[in-house]
Amino acid sequence: MNENAILIPLFVVVPLAGAFLIALLGRRFSFLPDLLGSLVTLVLLGLSLAAVRVVYFDSMLVYPLGGWKAPIGITLVMDGLTSFMLATTNVVAFSIAIYARDYMEGYTSKGMFYSLFLLMLAGMNGVIVAGDIFNLFVFLEIAAVSSYALVAFGTERHALEAAFKYAVMGTMGSLFILLGIVLLYGLTSTLNMADMSHMLSFKDDQNLILMVCVLFLMGFGLKSALVPFHAWLPDAHPSAPAPISAMLSGILIKSLGVYALVRIFFHVIGMTSTLSSILMFLGVLSMMVGVLLAIGQWDLKRLLAYHSISQVGYVVFAIGLGTPLGLMAGLFHLFNHSIFKSLLFLNSGAVEYATGTRDLKKMGGLQKKMPVTSGTCFVASLSIAGIPPFNGFWSKLIIIIAAVKAGHPIYAIWAVLASILTLASFMKVMKYAFLGELRNKWQEVKEVPVFMQGAMISLALICMLGGVLILSGVEDVFLKPAAMTLVEGFNYSGMVFRNQ
Amino acid sequence: MIYILCLILFCVGIYGVLGKRNLIKMIVGITIAEHAVLLFFILLGYRNNGRAPILSEEVLITQMVDPIPQALVLTAIVIGLGSTALLIALAMRLYGKYGTYDIAKIKELRG
Repeated sequence: MNENAILIPLFVVVPLAGAFLIALLGRRFSFLPDLLGSLVTLVLLGLSLAAVRVVYFDSMLVYPLGGWKAPIGITLVMDGLTSFMLATTNVVAFSIAIYARDYMEGYTSKGMFYSLFLLMLAGMNGVIVAGDIFNLFVFLEIAAVSSYALVAFGTERHALEAAFKYAVMGTMGSLFILLGIVLLYGLTSTLNMADMSHMLSFKDDQNLILMVCVLFLMGFGLKSALVPFHAWLPDAHPSAPAPISAMLSGILIKSLGVYALVRIFFHVIGMTSTLSSILMFLGVLSMMVGVLLAIGQWDLKRLLAYHSISQVGYVVFAIGLGTPLGLMAGLFHLFNHSIFKSLLFLNSGAVEYATGTRDLKKMGGLQKKMPVTSGTCFVASLSIAGIPPFNGFWSKLIIIIAAVKAGHPIYAIWAVLASILTLASFMKVMKYAFLGELRNKWQEVKEVPVFMQGAMISLALICMLGGVLILSGVEDVFLKPAAMTLVEGFNYSGMVFRNQ
Repeated sequence: MIYILCLILFCVGIYGVLGKRNLIKMIVGITIAEHAVLLFFILLGYRNNGRAPILSEEVLITQMVDPIPQALVLTAIVIGLGSTALLIALAMRLYGKYGTYDIAKIKELRG
């Protein structure tokens, strides 16, 4: 065991301990939730950057829990993909924790909020580091159950309704995943993902594996809101408080849905051409349906939620291409979407905080009163629409190039079309919310508090500088290791056993 | 044969979620489907006339029940308890706001 491997369990332990302490002491010391919430996410951010550095030198670390080695014991694994996802998650989580400090003043029991928030973060980090398929399920449920509770946090009529819908569909999704895991266990008699993929290479039971693939596609498709399974997302994401919308849209659907799907398909079951064409088709379908439904929306957060469906479609499509360039593009877009979609939800929260409305028709001219919000929203809108200097442009460009190179020019055209429609719908947001004449009733509107501004500005800076990540030197540190772990999927089990 | 019963139970649960309009009946449906999956998991590890896999010197173990599914099912039951409790809490709050458990009357979110 490498001595740096002690880093891995900390990603789960630190937020879990934070959630516990806040739940225990949050009522007695009112300063504690804010302090611990920011501190824990800051520590996690530092740890995840350290993880990126460690993976750059060591390429894979394995932590056997309690000292029991791999096929018997439970392992936590850290490779390029893990450190990439951890960095993405914790960057977003830190800025959201800072933002929530002032935003959540309007709600009661802030301690509960931070407690659930950190619990959700612990679940997501756990899903990312898990090397054991049942542990992946347990962490997934921790994150999912706390996210149901967080969607209902406002306890208003629509929030409760959306949370109930989300909870029912989410629980059904988890059941399909559990059934898939049960069938895989029945086939291989092991739960360790590395051992499982090793065992599966000797089995020749195509029908059962196909069944498992379908179950996982349904389960994780529900979690990541791919199009036939997307019905809960446009209700659940807008009904949550803004920091939680940002968390759900930015990272929850990716770490629970896309990441877990990719990890299992690439490293345990093994990608086949059928699977990759299904993923590409679902990706393109989500891309188009999401953006078409988004254009007609007048509720700002609902519009953003539909765009999440569309952008996750891009990620899944690019990963479905299966070529090294496509995988890298998909992961890069995943990172970019986490940043700019969280930023957009934080902007919508700032507008709601200042004006009390989410209806685009009632806004107008807010640019003069809220320069920081409108500026950062402008950056994020241009990023998501794919306008050159910003990060969204580079990832979409690589996705389209990869699609053409892989021999799918038709899909590439759909991707371009979806991008143009995205631009159109964000022009609408900018025009109705921030540009134009200031309405009389917004004369008294003030810019949001400084911590909320800070969170939005830092995410906007990442949006502007995100393109740097694909420069040839920088790419080797962050994106390449993640894409390479997927390209060399068949090596996974050997690597895990060698490194423990 | 008994696997088929699990499948039927699972389908009953799915029907409860999709076909019923009452929130509580939907929750019951979820619980039924969940228990069908758990029962299936237990049955996968079951052997006829098997005994508990406890190592002792007097008895030679020839037939034993696979203990891993049992351990995992315990975990899954606890998770299921958590999500069911949350669902029921949500249903209670919904009843407080709307005065009904009928899903057809609780639909403000559209489009």
